[in-house]
Amino acid sequence: MARVVVDVMLKPEILDPQGQAVANALPRLGVTDVSSVRIGRRIEIEFDGEPDLDRAREIADKLLANPVIEDYAVRVESAAEVA
Amino acid sequence: MRIGVVTFPGSLDDGDAARAARIAGAEAVRLWHGDPDLHGVDAVVLPGGFSYGDYLRCGAIARFAPVMESIIDAARGGLPVLGICNGFQVLCEAHLLPGALTRNQHLHFRNRDQWLKVEATNTAWTNGFTPGQEILIPVKNGEGCFVADPATLDKLEAEGRVIARYVRGNPNGSQRDIAGITNEAGNVVGIMPHPEHAVEALTGPSLDGLGFFTSVLRALAGAAAGGQLAGGQQ
Repeated sequence: MARVVVDVMLKPEILDPQGQAVANALPRLGVTDVSSVRIGRRIEIEFDGEPDLDRAREIADKLLANPVIEDYAVRVESAAEVA
Repeated sequence: MRIGVVTFPGSLDDGDAARAARIAGAEAVRLWHGDPDLHGVDAVVLPGGFSYGDYLRCGAIARFAPVMESIIDAARGGLPVLGICNGFQVLCEAHLLPGALTRNQHLHFRNRDQWLKVEATNTAWTNGFTPGQEILIPVKNGEGCFVADPATLDKLEAEGRVIARYVRGNPNGSQRDIAGITNEAGNVVGIMPHPEHAVEALTGPSLDGLGFFTSVLRALAGAAAGGQLAGGQQ
């Protein structure tokens, strides 16, 4: 199966209150050496045929990410990830 | 005058928006997300709620609804459009307004009566207010934190396109306390708090919200009379 992975992250300058809340919870687990947590979204797209990165990029730019506040990266899923 | 109110799957405040339009003296016309026909309305309200379950991002999927394609075209042609709460999010996702609405900084859903200071009164939806007027209308959102890059914020301020700011407490962390903005032409307005919930003494904290709906009727009447449209620089 031809799978494309799109990772969407808030831009570095955009505050991520969810990530901050998680970071603030870590000391309760005894974790004290984490300075920052940021939360994004992983989207998996399966094409019928060959993975089409250009099409995936278009989908990401128009719908999956909001370029005003988010960056995205598009890649074909590696064999290691599938296994 | 006919004010259209869109219902998306997951809209919550379409009924109240239609009611507010009627109380202001307009005929309320219900528009369906799957129908691109605007049925000849003179203005459109995108109501609050959780269109398409707020999946992906608030307003991201609604922006591609058939009715939105028509509204985006019409808005670029001058049709007055008011986006309230989720409707504001839809307008930003549709790039009719700059910036974006993100998760409230404190992560809590905020539901309270909120004081706003009206600033720009040269828009289709705010011409009935006076600059600096303080109004009280309900705010209820989880993702109402307005963000934009500093250049965009500076441009909005320089062009007088902030229509209202939060006063006596910012409920969501919005940059520069921005509660609502307008486009360059003044026909498209987005606001996070809910004017449609402040139109009757029985149910609202004030009648201040009615001003948005009477403003657009005044703008439309001015346009129909061939005069200077009260909303905007067209």
